[in-house]
Amino acid sequence: MAVTLTPVDRAPATSRATPVRDRHHRGAGRWLVLALVTLGALVMLVPFAFMLLNAFKSPSDYSNGGPLSWPTEFYTTGLRTYWTTVNFPLKLWNSTLIAGSVAVLGVAVSLLNAYALGIGRVRGRLWIVGLFLLANMLPQEALIYPLYYVAKQVGLYNTQLSVIIIFTVIQSAFGTYLLASVMGTFPRSLLEAAALDGAGKWTILWRVVFPNLRPTLAVLLIFFFIWTWNEFLIPLVMLIDNQTQTIPVALASLQGDRLMDAPTTNAGALISLVPAILFFLIFQRTLARGITAGAEK
Amino acid sequence: MAVSETVAAARPADTPTQPPPGKKRRGRNAAYWLYLLPGAVLFVLVIGAPLVGTVYLSLTKWSGIGDPTWVGLDNYQQLLHDEVFWASFRNTVAMIVAMVVVPTLLGLLLASVLFDIIGRRFRPRTAAALRAAFYLPQVLPVVVAGIVWGWILRPDGAFNSLLDSVGLGALRHDWLGDPGTALPAVMAVMIWVQIGYPVVVFMAALQRVDPELYEAAEVDGANWLHRFRAITLPQIRPETFVVALTCTIAALKVFGPIFALTRGGPENATNVPSYFAYYTFFKKLQVGYGSAISTVLTLIIVVVAVLFIGMQYRSERRDRGI
Repeated sequence: MAVTLTPVDRAPATSRATPVRDRHHRGAGRWLVLALVTLGALVMLVPFAFMLLNAFKSPSDYSNGGPLSWPTEFYTTGLRTYWTTVNFPLKLWNSTLIAGSVAVLGVAVSLLNAYALGIGRVRGRLWIVGLFLLANMLPQEALIYPLYYVAKQVGLYNTQLSVIIIFTVIQSAFGTYLLASVMGTFPRSLLEAAALDGAGKWTILWRVVFPNLRPTLAVLLIFFFIWTWNEFLIPLVMLIDNQTQTIPVALASLQGDRLMDAPTTNAGALISLVPAILFFLIFQRTLARGITAGAEK
Repeated sequence: MAVSETVAAARPADTPTQPPPGKKRRGRNAAYWLYLLPGAVLFVLVIGAPLVGTVYLSLTKWSGIGDPTWVGLDNYQQLLHDEVFWASFRNTVAMIVAMVVVPTLLGLLLASVLFDIIGRRFRPRTAAALRAAFYLPQVLPVVVAGIVWGWILRPDGAFNSLLDSVGLGALRHDWLGDPGTALPAVMAVMIWVQIGYPVVVFMAALQRVDPELYEAAEVDGANWLHRFRAITLPQIRPETFVVALTCTIAALKVFGPIFALTRGGPENATNVPSYFAYYTFFKKLQVGYGSAISTVLTLIIVVVAVLFIGMQYRSERRDRGI
């Protein structure tokens, strides 16, 4: 999912208590609203509760008690079966390698592109930025067959490298669009002062522009990582065996397998979403600071 | 590809928008093209050339082995009479309802309630905790969400058990297996997946609105609905545009959840263009036909994106009174 992000340096809006009380929400009304929204939030969490409840059941427990019963024992064989069947540590490594490389390379390519477009203001930059933005919106089906065919020809099929290259370009299309507009507002005086001191373009990029943009780049890095981690179609097509697959592809390719009874399915889903939830918790602050949509002018 | 052409054409010139301060500027700007070079080469290799390849393949008949046979517009003519193709686009409209219309409207309502009522009448932390609950599904790999929901909605899954336990056992159903209920069930899952995104973006947007606007409105006796219509909606219109655009593009491209939930079935009741293209490429090995589907989808997405951006541009100009 594409999000336009600009780092927000302002303090979050003040939520100080207003001296004036709105008579419509002074009494029971606000509690009713709170109850309704809380109910909605709980409904959102129900699928997670179902999954937790069933990930630790034995198959016989599940077939006797059904999906809603409390587990009679804390059964972890399902988790362990899934862990060893799909060789989960290897999948974790593949996902980390792919998402990590794409995040770093994607930010680097975006930075170089945006330097030429936002600060270099090369001719035709509006069209080029527009092209990158459109490229980010393309359906991956419009690229997948030629990519698949060529990857087979050059021996990149079923390698993590193929997926890394493809997503570096796809993510940097968005990153270029974003960073070009951020760099468009970069203070000219800073650049000119550095140029007067005799700094070349390469030095200015790393000594002046890069340090100033670090917060935005960090947000971009995290987004690239999470987006790539969650990608499905291209890894599904490109990565076909146990050695190379990512976590979502591994889970999906076992779907409908005889081995995947309901508790194992839930256990597999649970293991697969733990890393995603960890990133969310680790990066929550950065992201909350970073997500404000398209407000940059 | 367009980028390299632009590169070649633009090299000798300087920037037209900013009058160059001196002659030196000309040479200095041209040197920036070097920084665009790696990105441009990668772009042409991974996006430009494959896109051209897909458009070319859409004019051929090919199984992926041997040489493609040129057939002109035959694939497109066949598409016009293909019931599955039309069904997949009708389902896209349903996906737009489930991934754009409902989440945006609900998101506006929820963000406003969380920010304006719960954040201000209760503690802001309460609002933040509730926001996190709505956002959580957005964090998951969408395929994982699809697999869990696929199990919940199975005939012997958790949802039917839940109906039993509250005495509504008569409503038990094979939700994803019946062509009549599969699409509404997938739509419900997509609303669940999508809702957190507008809530988070709109709440962030509301933080940049001057709180004094709300306070002044309250002094004047405006209730929540008045404030919602007079302040919240107009103030966060730029964000609403971005959310509507990105969600519409996501709805047009949706693949993972369909793959995990229904594989387009039953009887194409939940088929969407991207799954239809994938299936045609890799299961039916009709590369030309699959390319035609992808090309049509690409065109639709480009048109929608251009329309959206044009609308936003015009509305911004109107706001500035130009």
